[in-house]
Amino acid sequence: MAAPCVSCCALLSYRLFFRGKVNLAPRQVLWKAAAAELPTVSGSQISRLRHTTVLTTKKNVAALRRETYTVDFIKKQIDEFNIGKRHLANMMGEDPETFTQEDIDRAIAYLFPSGLFEKRARPIMKHPEQIFPKQKAIQWGEDGRPFHFLFYTGKQSYYSLMHDAYGKLLNLEKHKNELQAKGLFSEEAKTKDLIGSRWLIKEELEEMLVEKLSDQDYEQFIRLLERLLTLQCGAAEEEFLQSFRRSVTIQSKKQLIEPVRYDKQGMAFSTSEGKRKSAKAEAVVYEHGSGRIKVNGIDYLLYFPVTQDREQLMFPFHFLDRLGKHDVTCTVSGGGRSAQAGAIRLAVARALCSFVTEEEVEWMRQAGLLTADPRIRERKKPGQEGARRKFTWKKR
Amino acid sequence: MAPAGTLTRLLSVGVRPRPLGLHILKAATPGPAWPSSRTLGNATAPAPSEPESSDDLQDRVLSEPLKHSDFFNVKELFSVRSLFNARVHLGHKAGCRHRFMEPYIFGSRLGQDIIDLDQTAAHLQLALNFTAHVAYRKGIILFVGRNRQFSHLIENTARACGEYAHTRYFKGGLLTNAPLLLGPGVRLPDLLIFLNTLNNVFEPHVAVRDAAKMNIPTVGIVDTNCNPCLITYPVPGNDDSPPSVRLFCHLFRVTISRAKDRRRQVEALYRLQSQEGAERRGPADPPPPEARPA
Repeated sequence: MAAPCVSCCALLSYRLFFRGKVNLAPRQVLWKAAAAELPTVSGSQISRLRHTTVLTTKKNVAALRRETYTVDFIKKQIDEFNIGKRHLANMMGEDPETFTQEDIDRAIAYLFPSGLFEKRARPIMKHPEQIFPKQKAIQWGEDGRPFHFLFYTGKQSYYSLMHDAYGKLLNLEKHKNELQAKGLFSEEAKTKDLIGSRWLIKEELEEMLVEKLSDQDYEQFIRLLERLLTLQCGAAEEEFLQSFRRSVTIQSKKQLIEPVRYDKQGMAFSTSEGKRKSAKAEAVVYEHGSGRIKVNGIDYLLYFPVTQDREQLMFPFHFLDRLGKHDVTCTVSGGGRSAQAGAIRLAVARALCSFVTEEEVEWMRQAGLLTADPRIRERKKPGQEGARRKFTWKKR
Repeated sequence: MAPAGTLTRLLSVGVRPRPLGLHILKAATPGPAWPSSRTLGNATAPAPSEPESSDDLQDRVLSEPLKHSDFFNVKELFSVRSLFNARVHLGHKAGCRHRFMEPYIFGSRLGQDIIDLDQTAAHLQLALNFTAHVAYRKGIILFVGRNRQFSHLIENTARACGEYAHTRYFKGGLLTNAPLLLGPGVRLPDLLIFLNTLNNVFEPHVAVRDAAKMNIPTVGIVDTNCNPCLITYPVPGNDDSPPSVRLFCHLFRVTISRAKDRRRQVEALYRLQSQEGAERRGPADPPPPEARPA
């Protein structure tokens, strides 16, 4: 708040100075206050406060131009990297032959410790293929004739891919027509190969072709591949299509049920963990018991004086109508009282899954007992008093 | 090399790979070629004549076809009857007619314009002859067409001849701003062949105007709704029917292949002749004893 006042005072003073006539009477207080703060300056120094626009011209700076790396340069870099790797292994006292990339990373982190937060700004030593972006070699021969017949389109790899795919499509249709003419054509269902895989995304395709693509290009390509799918393909076409599919890890929708374990006395019990905010809990639920709950060795009535927390602990049992039938021993750390209660509730609910039918597990899931609460404390933002609370707004 | 007109540009097409021509000669003829005569320490007398003869050779190779009106005999590739069978004479409806195509139209039948095949034959002969000469002089030929129906066919034709094709979306500055779009030091096409002069919105293809700007000669199949003005060798004909486009693609492919084969033959022939000539000259004057100064 002080800074803008000083600058406006400075400008004001400069204007007054330059105009010559000093109209101090109405602003005398302001002027004197400003004069007290400002050092005694001469006219030239005050004139430096004037704002001027700097004309920036586009310069052919190396950083702005696209860097092109020749094949020899990259080869030299790879040789230097390999030699450097061996030196590093010797330095660290390891075997140069079995020095992997992880070892290199560890060695560099040890030799050049950096406290920088930005991981990409820290010193790295990686293979040049990962550092220098992949670029296309020169596209034409000595006589100037380009190598690829679609060079003059600009996107030769992409259009050549489209050309090949369309060629395959035409061949398949011709084949199908021939079979139909002979009467040997038969419909076959073919959806098994597609489950668990997806078409590759635009970035992956760009990386494959080493060319920039637009969204429409990518969509056209996928549409062509989908059209190819609808036809009956031979082995070569299947391979061609599979080269553009990527596998997708299918996450199982089933609840993970803890196995029941038996302790020394032959008592059946089940253990599981739960988290809420920064509280972590581990609960051991015994199959037969009388409804006693011990938290960190203390009875839950004494550990949680507030009724609400105890209700949270009892909720899983109440939901399954097993209020006095199980014993619970749990440990909890971190968080506050409500967070600890929530963590224990989740741990207990997960442990109970092993003693209960699948239908009841599904009911518990639908009730939200088996879902970890993802809410965490929202950070305070600058310019505000809290995460959401703003400073008091004053009209003037 | 700043060619003023189309003709000088074409003549300089053959001139540019001259050093390459020398390399070819050096590699292909292990016999009495220019560098080897120096290493063997032969007579100074053959040495000055050898470089001249290779230049001479190049000039002869390039000037020989220009002495004949139809060196590549393109007339035999087609006839008016074959054009008629391929439905080349069928134009668009009279309402689509372009004003500048009226000289090429024979008449109109039931509202559909019919193209004069005699004129087409004459224009086609000129166009094919020109294409053959460009291919003979190792020029870059670019097939352009924006009809999606024939895109695959045109690209296959180009690949078969060993030339280039562009049947996709034409980026604005491809010809006029080539060093930026295609890379510094790129060589532009020496001939553009349009299988379809219009683009997908029935407007003249940008490449027609850009080729005219860059002094690149064009050969184009102009239909009754096209503007033949900026095309160097227009060929009035049907560009929409499959048999017609297939015929034109076939004609261009055969012409270009023929021209390239002819070039190889002529080069081999002249190389043989120069070899024989040098051999004949070699035993005639015995090499002097003094070593040739380096």
